[in-house]
Amino acid sequence: MSAAAAGTSKAAHGDVAPKKRRGPGALATAYLVIYNVVMTAGWLVIAVGLVRAYLARGSYHGLYYSIEKPLKFFQTGAMLEVREVMSRVFLTWAVTHSVREVQSEDSVLLFVTAWTVTEIIRYSFYTFSLLNHLPFLIKWARYTFFFVLYPMGVTGELLTIYAALPYVQKTGLYSVTLPNKYNFSFDYHSFLILVMISYIPLFPQLYFHMIRQRKKVLGHIEDYSKVE
Amino acid sequence: MSRTTFFEKCCRPGTGTIQVAVLDANTREQICFLDKVDPYSTIGNIKCLFQKSYPHWYPARQALKLDPKGKILRDEEILLHLPVGTTATMFFIDLGPQLGWTMVFLAEYIGPLLTYLLFYFRVPYIYSHRYASTSSPHPVVTRACACHTFHYVKRMIETIFVHRFTHGTMPLRIIVRNCAYYWGFSAWLAYYINHPLYTPPSYGEIQFNYGLIMFVMCELGNFSIHVTLNNLRGDGIRGRRYPIPTKNPFTWLFLFVSCPNYTYEVGAWVSFSIMTQCLPVAFYTLLGFIQMSIWAKGKHRAYSREFKDYPSLRMAIIPLIL
Repeated sequence: MSAAAAGTSKAAHGDVAPKKRRGPGALATAYLVIYNVVMTAGWLVIAVGLVRAYLARGSYHGLYYSIEKPLKFFQTGAMLEVREVMSRVFLTWAVTHSVREVQSEDSVLLFVTAWTVTEIIRYSFYTFSLLNHLPFLIKWARYTFFFVLYPMGVTGELLTIYAALPYVQKTGLYSVTLPNKYNFSFDYHSFLILVMISYIPLFPQLYFHMIRQRKKVLGHIEDYSKVE
Repeated sequence: MSRTTFFEKCCRPGTGTIQVAVLDANTREQICFLDKVDPYSTIGNIKCLFQKSYPHWYPARQALKLDPKGKILRDEEILLHLPVGTTATMFFIDLGPQLGWTMVFLAEYIGPLLTYLLFYFRVPYIYSHRYASTSSPHPVVTRACACHTFHYVKRMIETIFVHRFTHGTMPLRIIVRNCAYYWGFSAWLAYYINHPLYTPPSYGEIQFNYGLIMFVMCELGNFSIHVTLNNLRGDGIRGRRYPIPTKNPFTWLFLFVSCPNYTYEVGAWVSFSIMTQCLPVAFYTLLGFIQMSIWAKGKHRAYSREFKDYPSLRMAIIPLIL
């Protein structure tokens, strides 16, 4: 759900973003810088992969396959952040990977693009912040692009989940029915519908939070290359 | 069970009286002025007086502070001992609707008790309608229902007759959240155990009976601990002694853990999981175990800090382990 926002509410307070009060120690800073550089690079790879595949094929079809591996790797690698990326990982593995039929959907391209742009901006933002040299452009981009990227990503995610529904129902994917030895049942189809419904309270919360953050951060437009 | 007790203090002739101005903590406007207040009055008394002007704000709902950002004053504090002059200024915050602890627990427990029975009797519209109002062919299911019902009836009886509560009340939204948890989970468990497609335990009667014995022992154990803790509190001194084993063998678990009541509670739910061989029950047990471990660790730390001679063998909830 947090997908397309250029930095979500939790990510904004995440461990990789240095806080004003006390910065991380030298070792922690080094780790964070390397981590963020790698993540930026990773998402750049995905972006380049998308563009090249499009130029080679001339259509949007099947672009998922060209970036499938790095997407899985770098998205799952983000687990190291511990926060927030649960929904992204869920989309990547539990929906897109698991339901082959949705992999050729345009909605997949929609959210992958949104995530890609978001993450490149976000990780460069963190990297520069850690190095205490944050170009205003990056800060501005982070808190402005989300206006479009966030709804774009959410739309892509929702459409993808929606596209997966009939296949999940038909094949009973990840579902357990009664009777069984442990007297338990789970309907993945209903679960996905619940997930979609959960976007309704969560999307506006995160979106408005980002808007408020933007007012706070970009309110001081006169501080150009200062770190926030 | 104790509530915040309110009592009247007679005004002594000769001592000066204090004036109390109560301001709203948010707007800083004066909302109440109390004249000629006995300096030996407690905050509890002040709250009673305040309620006379605002009848819907019962004392349990009031929070009074000397500083808007400061600590909430306790009911037992005496005006004279506070840093106030002849005119005391206090700030008021409405804590929202409160419910006494007894009512809280009864509300939390009545839900599981009744919802389980709804599923047991297969009230229409829960399962497919050819099963409506039928009963399960498995004796295990009836016995499981008896155990579950017994568990919550015991809890309610303890709430009314055994437990004594220190803090008077709990905020409404916390109660709603807790009730949702208890009621929701028991409905989920009951759905599977009383389902027409329920599968009895793999090892049959033996598995059920062992589970049942363990369940009964844990219930007795849990009850013994509650009674022991209650007696500890009996003389009115709070936390001056830590609980120790008594003649009752169930209390010997105190040799190994600080909170055997939680240990027995987890044990009861583990045995219920074994009896019913139902994964949702096991999951509920796990969640309960996690929550109770957190509480037990907190209590254990509090005991260790307060009593220098606290037995080092004792763990928080699982003997020798946790």
